[in-house]
Amino acid sequence: MDTLLEQIERGTLWQFPGGIHPPQQKTLSNHKPIARLALPSKLVLPLKQHIGANGQLIVNKGQHVLKGQALTQPSGNWSLPIHAPTSGEITDIAPMPSAHPSALPELSIILTPDGEDTWAELTPTSNIEQLSHHALIELIHNAGIAGMGGAGFPTYIKADSQRPVEFFIVNGVECEPYITADDMLMREHAEQIVQGIEIMQHLLTPTITIIGIEDNKPEAVEALQLASQHNSNIIVRAIPTVYPSGGEKQLIKVLTSQEVPSGGIPADIGVLVQNVGTLFAISEAVFKGKPLIERVVTVTGSTITDARNVWALIGTEIKHLLDSQGFEPVDAQRVVMGGPMMGFTLPTVRIPVVKTTNCILAPDNSELAHAGEEKACIRCSACADVCPQTLLPQQLQWFAKGKEYDKLESYNLFDCIECGACSYVCPSEIPLVQYYRVAKAEIREQKIEQINAERAKVRFEARKARLEQEQEERKNRHSRSSSRSAKPAAEKAKVADALSRVAQKQGEQSAVQAAIERAKAKKMADGSLAPDNSEMMQEREKRKEQARQYKAQKQNDDTPSDSKTAVAAAIARAKAKKAAQLAESDALTETKSTDTKTNEADPRKASVAAAIARAKAKKAAKLEQNDDAEEQAQTSDSLTDTPAEPDPRKAAVAAAIARAKAKKAAKLEQNDDAEELAQTSVIDTPAEPDPDPRKAVVAAAIARAKAKKAAKLEQSNDAEELAQTSDSVTDTPAEPDPDPRKAAVAAAIARAKAKKAAKLEQSNDAEELAQTSDSVIDTPAEPDPDPRKAAVAAAIARAKAKKAAKLEQSNDAEELAQTSDSVIDTPAEPDPDPRKAAVAAAIARAKAKKAAKLEQSNDAEELAQTSDSVIDTPAEPDPDPRKAAVAAAIARAKAKKAAKLEQSNDAEELAQTSDSVIDTPAEPDPDPRKAAVAAAIARAKAKKAAKLEQSNDAEELAQTSDSVIDTPAEPDPDPRKAAVAAAIARAKAKKAAKLEQSNDAEELAQTSDSVTDTPAEPDPDPRKAAVAAAIARAKAKKAAKLEQSNDAEELAQTSDSVTDTPAEPDPDPRKAAVAAAIARAKAKKKLKEQKGNDPS
Amino acid sequence: MKLSMASSPHNHSQKSVRSLMITVICACIPGILTQAYFFGFGVLIQLVIALVTASAVEAAILKLRNKPILPALNDGSAWLTAVLLAISIPPLAPWWITVIGIIFAIAMVKQLYGGLGFNIFNPAMGAYVLLLIAFPVQMTSWMPAEQLLTTAIPLSDQLALIFTQMNGTGLTLDDVRVNADGVTMATPLDAIKTAVSQNYTVSEAMLGMQFSDYAGIGWQWVNVAYLLGGIYLIKTKVINWHIPVSLIATLAICSAIGYIVSPGTQAGSAFHLFSGATMLGAFFIATDPVSACTTDKGRLIFGAAIGLLIYLIRHFGGYPDAVAFAVLLMNMAVPLIEHYTQPRTYGHGAKK
Repeated sequence: MDTLLEQIERGTLWQFPGGIHPPQQKTLSNHKPIARLALPSKLVLPLKQHIGANGQLIVNKGQHVLKGQALTQPSGNWSLPIHAPTSGEITDIAPMPSAHPSALPELSIILTPDGEDTWAELTPTSNIEQLSHHALIELIHNAGIAGMGGAGFPTYIKADSQRPVEFFIVNGVECEPYITADDMLMREHAEQIVQGIEIMQHLLTPTITIIGIEDNKPEAVEALQLASQHNSNIIVRAIPTVYPSGGEKQLIKVLTSQEVPSGGIPADIGVLVQNVGTLFAISEAVFKGKPLIERVVTVTGSTITDARNVWALIGTEIKHLLDSQGFEPVDAQRVVMGGPMMGFTLPTVRIPVVKTTNCILAPDNSELAHAGEEKACIRCSACADVCPQTLLPQQLQWFAKGKEYDKLESYNLFDCIECGACSYVCPSEIPLVQYYRVAKAEIREQKIEQINAERAKVRFEARKARLEQEQEERKNRHSRSSSRSAKPAAEKAKVADALSRVAQKQGEQSAVQAAIERAKAKKMADGSLAPDNSEMMQEREKRKEQARQYKAQKQNDDTPSDSKTAVAAAIARAKAKKAAQLAESDALTETKSTDTKTNEADPRKASVAAAIARAKAKKAAKLEQNDDAEEQAQTSDSLTDTPAEPDPRKAAVAAAIARAKAKKAAKLEQNDDAEELAQTSVIDTPAEPDPDPRKAVVAAAIARAKAKKAAKLEQSNDAEELAQTSDSVTDTPAEPDPDPRKAAVAAAIARAKAKKAAKLEQSNDAEELAQTSDSVIDTPAEPDPDPRKAAVAAAIARAKAKKAAKLEQSNDAEELAQTSDSVIDTPAEPDPDPRKAAVAAAIARAKAKKAAKLEQSNDAEELAQTSDSVIDTPAEPDPDPRKAAVAAAIARAKAKKAAKLEQSNDAEELAQTSDSVIDTPAEPDPDPRKAAVAAAIARAKAKKAAKLEQSNDAEELAQTSDSVIDTPAEPDPDPRKAAVAAAIARAKAKKAAKLEQSNDAEELAQTSDSVTDTPAEPDPDPRKAAVAAAIARAKAKKAAKLEQSNDAEELAQTSDSVTDTPAEPDPDPRKAAVAAAIARAKAKKKLKEQKGNDPS
Repeated sequence: MKLSMASSPHNHSQKSVRSLMITVICACIPGILTQAYFFGFGVLIQLVIALVTASAVEAAILKLRNKPILPALNDGSAWLTAVLLAISIPPLAPWWITVIGIIFAIAMVKQLYGGLGFNIFNPAMGAYVLLLIAFPVQMTSWMPAEQLLTTAIPLSDQLALIFTQMNGTGLTLDDVRVNADGVTMATPLDAIKTAVSQNYTVSEAMLGMQFSDYAGIGWQWVNVAYLLGGIYLIKTKVINWHIPVSLIATLAICSAIGYIVSPGTQAGSAFHLFSGATMLGAFFIATDPVSACTTDKGRLIFGAAIGLLIYLIRHFGGYPDAVAFAVLLMNMAVPLIEHYTQPRTYGHGAKK
């Protein structure tokens, strides 16, 4: 048996199956020599005319260029330069319709020829032996040569093939009907083509070079045989005329009997194919130095009077070609770029010739009839009979119509070369190729989606791991933060000291008491699975006891008592932490209390007590698989007690806040965690015992409880319970006295926030972030004859909770609850003309959000919110009654529920509430004073973005901005004023959940509030109390970003600043300065990462 | 200038379903004429009845299905079905046999499956089998070749027999079929089967007057005519050679083997090939594109299986001929065969 090479050399040809014999129509254009077109009036040169990337533009608009000058330079990635086809000016660089079926605009250089056709300097090579391999490749590259047979593959890549080439095949087949460009080129320029072949032989050193030409081009065969007879390595083969023998795979089969493996390239079998036009261009580039600026184009069809081949400059508009050859359009004229089998119709003739344009076909309607209506397939299998790839087109068609992509692939759809033979023969005129194109595109798209989904899954897993780590970390941080709390306590102590010094100077006395209680309980339960309730019980007992004491004290206060007693500030803190972790557990508890007392001859005083109690209990119990129930209850109570003076003034208030919070999280199986955080702070300020009784300041009690509970169950369970209560009790006694002053107010803010996110199945993570920052400011006023004011208390509380729970692919439940409360309390003045009692503003907000998302369309959400605000404003009995300020209560409830289902659901919830309450009292009195106002701003913002599978995104944006401004003015001689309180609370919650595939949800919530308060005092006895400005800000941001390099960040920031500026000019200074309390809580959490790194 | 846009390819072979169907009908003409020559004009009358009924039924069903009527009628598939059924039934069968058969073929076998291209069974053969089972007497009442009749039956009598089941003199078809000798002439296949069952040898049976040297008088020429028509179809590439060749080859081989094994009870290959509906079945029935295999290998299997079934049923079965049964049976096997006969696509499993 002969070797393959011997067979080839002997002239053996093989056959590919199928094929058709459409009318050739080549004689229309192949009997006239190639003409040269007149210079067009403009040239449109798309930067990209080949497979690969654009070159980089190196000319500017307005620049004059010479013929052959490079207009772009290659910049990697298979990019090729383009060159000026003639000399002229670049009049524009803009997107123009491209030579593509879609005609989508492509950045193009518009060149207006100057008519000179002046060549740039060319550097021809006479002997390729002198050039290195690399230099030769560069030369081909810089000449901008791309495959001219149709695909436009950069030739330098092929010429630089790293694989051994056994057969170098020259494609002169030109099997498409009508086209004769290669035929004419071979006839007229066979020598240059052979030169090009020899350059490629030099580069590739193939065993043998075979020129394949269909036997309907005998002149071309003859010309090439003649031109190549000096080179024994070149074989010219006339092959049978059958469409599509010019297809690369078919030609390889015919000439070598080999088949390119499915999905492979010819190089896989040691074959390389080049079109004759390309080889001509190589020869021109190397031996003449001419870049690729023109090509042979067949202009043919029955509507062309002078059908022939022309040398067309790249960039020549088709219109110019048609007009030059005499174009007589018919109705529904088609202009095809390429041949009748694989060419595409042009939407406009204003499209330029590009490097791959081999034919412009303008047929009339009889020679190429318009397609008839598609009829039912009769399974005649004519299509299968002609398929050169041995596919089963009729089966593919059924599958394509049924969108059975798996079947399509198993029937080798992607081996279809779209030659159109099946469509050509189909008696039912089914546009088979079109079905395959669409199906291919859909399958490709589907594959991309699959890849993206895979990627998203990986990301999600990484994120889950990270969030778990984060949670762990947060727990650790809680431990640390309790140790940090010592610092604020120290600051408070300093303030209290200062106050007491002032009081002493004034010679007043008062008793001071400092009571500090500390309770510290630590409990570590290690390794115990069962929750420990005993401690809880103890705490509850304690709380109850405290409440009883408080009641008793209040009763006592009601009776007149001797001078004053200062108060006690009691700070109790209880902090209980319980962490039960299987592996580790830490508990840290800390309590601190500070208190100050001042007592003086001139009763002024009042100092303060700041009581802050905080209890923090944390309990994290993580069990593996199904255990645990936790309960936590916390209460923080603070009692305040303010005795009154001989002159009965008032009894201050009691603020009692009780909170109970119980949380129970039962988490089952795998990765549960429950966190609970509760915080409470209580502040308490006693008033002064002075002859001129003033007032008792208030108690501000802020209690906060925050409970978070995340229970995550496996597969679609979650039970959530949210209970919130916020109570605020304010109590303001009034004064019977001649100089009644006032009792300030109590502001109580309670917040409760509960969040619960239950996330199910695989990959749940729940985050809970709870932050609370409370600042309580308490400013006692002065007992003086000219009592002025009591400053204010500004309390800002913030709570911020964030919880992001993301579930497996596209679930996420978010819960955001925010509460911001601000309470301002401004007492008025003790003047003979009794004034008023300021107000209490209580704002309670509760916000609970619960988003529970289940897998596949379940979600249960419960949202309960309660917001209560209680305001209490006492009025005065006095002759000069002033006013009572106001109460502003704002309650807001916001509930959001988003249920997102599987696949393409997204629910957005946006809830916004903005409330503003303004309250401005006015005073009728001669000595009007005023009570300033309370401004309460609460904002809640909840955002929830849940993004689901595949490109869903839900965003929720909730913004609320409230601004309250309150400006009192005082006309009076003795005006005092009470300044204001500005409270700003902001809560910002952001939660972004980003799911699968490039979703990102962003949530941005911003709130900006500004409160301005400008008191002015004209008076001789001005006093003033400055104000308290409390600004609380909470900002929580959570951005979760997925996809590759995901990072989820959580940033929570809170910055609070409280300013307080007391001034006392008076002889009888009263004063009491203020207390500024600043509480800040800042929690930041940043998690970045992919796959489980974690900073912090 | 507004240009017209289209998807490639922009050229078409101009073959259409209609041209295919018409070509097949034309290829039947030699066979029909031969049949008319030997068995009377009855076949032409049946053709007219069938064509009219088929057009009406097709139109009615298309209307019921809310499909455009003219394009479907024009594709000629209903006419082809009508022609194939008309030439399959005895020429002087009552008119309602044809009508029932056509209604069943068009309405049930074709349109109820979704119309052209969706039917899994060959409509003409489906109807033929229905008729054969439901009206066995009428469906086996073939006239002997006219040459064997003492007197030719005039056209008017044939019409009368078809439409009234009695000729002008009040004789029924059975009466007419009795020849001069007073013997009812069976078809050659029937005669052989009967003779063999009565323990005659085949060669004895073939001494009957309806037999020529090789096959039945008239029948052999009818088969030759269809063979010519079939060759024309292959020539014009309307059908592929695979099915007829494998069918005929299998039938020939099987009958040859049978003849060699048992010459007394089995007729030879020539008899089988040129009797009954062998050639009609091989070139016109089994090659129905809709219900046949579409892969080359599948076609070979399909044709061979039909040939084998024809032989088996003719020899061992209860019916004298078997083309319809064999084709219908193999129609059912088409999806299975196709599944296992996918051709090797270019580049798959290619040697490196």
